[in-house]
Amino acid sequence: MAYVARKIPFVGTPDTYPETKPFFDGAADGKLMVRRCTSCKKVHHYPRQLCPFCFGDCAWEQASGKAKIYTISIMERANPPYAIGYVTLAEGPSVLTNFVDCDFKALKIGQDVKVTFIKAEGEGPTLPFFTPA
Amino acid sequence: MSLRGAAYIAGAWEHPTRKAPDKSIALLHAECAKGALADAGLTKDDVDGYFCAGDAPGGLGPLSMVDYMNLKCRHVDSTDVGGSSYQVAVGHAMEAIAAGRCNVALITLSGRPRSEGQATGTAPRPGNPAAPEMQFEFPYGPATANLYGMCAARHMHEYGTTSEQLAWIKVAASHHAQHNPNAMLRDVVTVEDVVNSPMVSTPLHRLDCCVISDGGGALILTKPEIAKSLKRPLVKVIGVGESPKHQAGGEIDLTYSAARWSGPPAWEMAGIKPSDIKYASIYDSFTITVLMQLEDLGFCEKGQGGKFVSDGNLISGVGKLPFNTDGGGLCSNHPANRGGITKIIEAVRQLRGEAHPAVQVANCDLAIAHGTGGALGTRHCGSTVILERE
Repeated sequence: MAYVARKIPFVGTPDTYPETKPFFDGAADGKLMVRRCTSCKKVHHYPRQLCPFCFGDCAWEQASGKAKIYTISIMERANPPYAIGYVTLAEGPSVLTNFVDCDFKALKIGQDVKVTFIKAEGEGPTLPFFTPA
Repeated sequence: MSLRGAAYIAGAWEHPTRKAPDKSIALLHAECAKGALADAGLTKDDVDGYFCAGDAPGGLGPLSMVDYMNLKCRHVDSTDVGGSSYQVAVGHAMEAIAAGRCNVALITLSGRPRSEGQATGTAPRPGNPAAPEMQFEFPYGPATANLYGMCAARHMHEYGTTSEQLAWIKVAASHHAQHNPNAMLRDVVTVEDVVNSPMVSTPLHRLDCCVISDGGGALILTKPEIAKSLKRPLVKVIGVGESPKHQAGGEIDLTYSAARWSGPPAWEMAGIKPSDIKYASIYDSFTITVLMQLEDLGFCEKGQGGKFVSDGNLISGVGKLPFNTDGGGLCSNHPANRGGITKIIEAVRQLRGEAHPAVQVANCDLAIAHGTGGALGTRHCGSTVILERE
């Protein structure tokens, strides 16, 4: 089942909250930004100022963009169909995403993927997506 | 102090409608309340505690519905954890009754997504960006069907679970629904019917999904002294548990549900084990929901759910664990997209001996009603209620 681009919806704007704006600014520059705790050193997702593991303060860093498919579901009922899944980043956390520029049916759990970027419709920001490495 | 036995379910009523374009949501709630009170042999004026969730119209928890029904309450609670809210409400009502905060607790659920034409399972629902996950999830099209599909795909990957095994869950539900005149889907289906039905979101087919229906239900909980003064069979609440599960900062594991956490305190309070259960109401938004909850509640080992549900093991009179004998959400009813209360109602029917004779479990003295609300693939709550016929 071939990938067909769909309109990417977005609620709010990338400026809605200063807490998360650097994520969207990074994506606009082709960088996948994640937050690492300055106290426990763990990376989490979705990005928060206070670490969800220890409530320490977090700093932004650029992730490698390398990940493995944790799970996938091809939404065949949608028009066009799309492939939603979680990928586990090399840095640790699993993130919700879509798989693009690939044959959906050929995707396998455990497969290596890499980040790519697509702009959301309207006033929405550029966002990270994943495609086979 | 253990809460075991602090409250009884004295009234239980399910709205027979599955499509109600002519009724307001408030009216459906009130009709369910009236039905449950009549079932218990109590009146509106006896109610002094009201419990509802996000399906109650008005936006301020219980306020619009206590106004509409003109209830005089000294205790209210509107904890909203989706379809699992009503098992949670049973636990909270029992706590309130034990604490003397109310004597007769009314719990209602109603909704009409079918009449309102909601694409309940296949359309991502935009929300307020104040929900902290919204801008990191909504762009990727999370819809109910694919949020459960992702769990099923991972379960298959780790444990070898198959679509045919999942299909057995629908097959069992359909065997029960044929006897329920109110059920939306009364035709008995086969494993082949399920796996050959159109794919919605891999690996879940149309027949792996629950129905979309209008309707509702209500429960009356009361303290032991009042329950024993009424004329209905005694159904005692002996175990409750509730727990949310989420993405844990990105350390996700989609192979288990919150039942792994809500079950143990309920079993401990009840002082029984899964093999003691004669009848199980298990939340069935999708077939995979049932399979994971059965594992997580301890009815079989983790990863063995596929084997456990196969070959009719969930069919009343055939298998070892009769489940959802009203047809459940998969075939009968999923009012307001929330199936928690109908799970409890069918468990009460079974314990009273009032289920349809074709599906009534013999000597049914212990039952479980487990709910899952939210989405297994992101955030959800598990809530467990264990009931005993006295």
